[in-house]
Amino acid sequence: MSGNMRPTPSACPACAAAPSAERLAQEAAAHMPAQIALSLPTIHCSACISKVEKALNGYPGVKSARVNLTLKRASIEADSDITAGDMKEVVEHLGYEAHELDPGTLNATANDRAGRELLMRLAVAGFASMNVMLLSVSVWSGATDATRDLFHWVSAAIALPTIAFSGQPFFRNAWAALSNRQLNMDVPITLAIVLAVVTSLWETALSGAHAYFDAALALTFFLLAGRYLDHRTRSIARSAAEELTALEVPRAIRLHDGEEETVNIAELAVGDLVLVRPGGRMPVDGEIVAGTSEIDRSLLTGETLPVFAGEGQGVSAGEVNLTGPLTIRASAVGADTSLHRMADLVAIAESGRSRYTSLADKAAKLYAPGVHILSALAFVGWYLYTFDMRTALNIAAAVLIITCPCALGLAVPAVTTAASGRLFRRGMLIKHETALERLAQVDTVVFDKTGTLTAGTPELTNMGEMPRRDIELALALAEGSSHPLAQAITRAAREAGFAPARVSDVTEMPGFGTKAMHEGQEVRLGRASWTGGQGLAETATFLSRGAGAPKAFIFADRLREGAAEAVDSLKQAGKTVYLMSGDTTPAVEALAGRLGIERWMAEALPADKAERIEAMSAEGAKVLMVGDGLNDTAALAAAHVSISPASALDAARVASDIVLLGGDLSPIAAACDTARSAIRRIRENFNIATVYNVVAVPLAIAGFATPLIAALAMSASSITVSLNALRLR
Amino acid sequence: MTILAYLIPISLFLGGLGLAFFVYTVKTNQYDDPEGDSRRILSDEYDDHPKP
Repeated sequence: MSGNMRPTPSACPACAAAPSAERLAQEAAAHMPAQIALSLPTIHCSACISKVEKALNGYPGVKSARVNLTLKRASIEADSDITAGDMKEVVEHLGYEAHELDPGTLNATANDRAGRELLMRLAVAGFASMNVMLLSVSVWSGATDATRDLFHWVSAAIALPTIAFSGQPFFRNAWAALSNRQLNMDVPITLAIVLAVVTSLWETALSGAHAYFDAALALTFFLLAGRYLDHRTRSIARSAAEELTALEVPRAIRLHDGEEETVNIAELAVGDLVLVRPGGRMPVDGEIVAGTSEIDRSLLTGETLPVFAGEGQGVSAGEVNLTGPLTIRASAVGADTSLHRMADLVAIAESGRSRYTSLADKAAKLYAPGVHILSALAFVGWYLYTFDMRTALNIAAAVLIITCPCALGLAVPAVTTAASGRLFRRGMLIKHETALERLAQVDTVVFDKTGTLTAGTPELTNMGEMPRRDIELALALAEGSSHPLAQAITRAAREAGFAPARVSDVTEMPGFGTKAMHEGQEVRLGRASWTGGQGLAETATFLSRGAGAPKAFIFADRLREGAAEAVDSLKQAGKTVYLMSGDTTPAVEALAGRLGIERWMAEALPADKAERIEAMSAEGAKVLMVGDGLNDTAALAAAHVSISPASALDAARVASDIVLLGGDLSPIAAACDTARSAIRRIRENFNIATVYNVVAVPLAIAGFATPLIAALAMSASSITVSLNALRLR
Repeated sequence: MTILAYLIPISLFLGGLGLAFFVYTVKTNQYDDPEGDSRRILSDEYDDHPKP
């Protein structure tokens, strides 16, 4: 429970990939065959595996391809001239969805060495404890004299090397804690194991009746099982989180003597000319040298209205280019981009989670000194009573073994594994180890607007007020454009059954709109300034037709799936719901009204959000922050616990404790309930462990404990605790 | 009781054999894709000649 999983504050396509991209570059330099990884979210059966593998292996130049159904991934080794795009096409041709993954980012977790090491130690401990248990059962059922001694010596021969190998994680942690002059759970564990082995050896040498080799091994085995569960839960979360990062492949198009070349973002230098196609994200900070377009800055600032971008204007990494191709001269790359600098600030501001002490740590703080004092008292008491070192030491060891934190060691990981698995199947990824415990305490929920409660795609709201002719004309103009507003008009008009008007000479003016000729007149659909319309507070586009005032098409952000349900059920559960956005007041007010949120705050700067959350925390509220943009990262880090959707910027996902994998928001309320019942189970498990200690410890101190009683009590409590964890629903 | 002289080494050897095989399976990445492996066994692709 002492491991920490704090991902490095890498952010954005521009910077997250820098180290991995460097590694890739080195690989390319060494003429390694290309390693390509694809994510295949829709494969599910053996036929899928063989179909995909056959097609990929049959492609000329592919050396080997293998599908991993557990991770839903294909890894391909191919000649260096084969690109991931070719492979993606092959798979998509078969009818499966495929996304390119950045192999550099994935390699970090490809071989989970720590997990494998734990599994190996667990296996050795299991093997040894079964064999020693077999020998111990013979002793308990009546072996005496030389036979008993032989069995004890064989047990010792198995137990000593096993404990030396399997117990290492505990010994290392205990040593680390002691050298910092602290106590953790591993100190009593180590002491119990070592003392059990030493007194048992002593007893065996003196032909004594009681040896605790089986208890020492069973203790190691159960505790390693807890550690392994804990590790697996976290490594599953880590690899899923890394896959999200790897989906953003760090590539950019560089213009070199007028030629386009695709390069890794890490290779870009200040002064390079970079081409950003419509739909692409800016890889660097820079200045536009050619092209006009509109850019979407919602991930950075929270504003939904696209901003006009023309020659000479500055852009920063992370903004999305919407309509026309732009050529940018890079002024800051990699770690120097404003996006990366802001992400770095978040890493420093990280506070909410480090203030929290986990339940397991709290229990350990009570438990560790308690058992030490108890066993020391037993030792002193018996020594004063009998003046026999051997009896006193045996009883002290029995107390330590009986109070073994098996149940405590399993109490938390068994429940969190069950709860995280349940939430993972509902599409929530628990990234931080104490996130569940903190989620259970939440009483206030703060939502960001753009990209969190809303899907980030606009929806036409005033089509009903428009004359038929105007809609048909707007449809004709909008159909040719990939601008989000134009696509919203197309979608709405097509769904309502309108047909486009007849127009000719349709030309798109990137950054402005679309114009065409209709019945001898020029018609325009686009920005207010270009069509002569009056700028509105809402998102709007204008249709101008010769004479007469231009008509405004007004848009609202479409709600994300499950947003209304999530807000409703959170309010029903008695939680206070806030809306905080960097967007304009009318837009925020409209959305708050639509969802029934009474408390809202508009035009909030990133620092405002974080400050407001800190103020709420200071008043004792436990705040859950749900957000997706770079402007939310400070708030996400400041909140007691935080959630971001998978579509969020990498920096926001890194700053949050939980990631929503699907597009749906409704699991949030259910997750709070699951977290609460998980914490209830953990507390129950602690109680079970305590009750068992209350019964067993007096026996041990009175000197009645035998290795048989220790073995029974230990297994019984560990199994009850694990079964109790499985009851979680 | 001389039978113990055979039985104990035999039981340890058999258990050790199991452990050695387990270590081998971990070392050769056989737990990387449990889901896929349980499906692959149903495919007759490599039934006649093993994968090269």
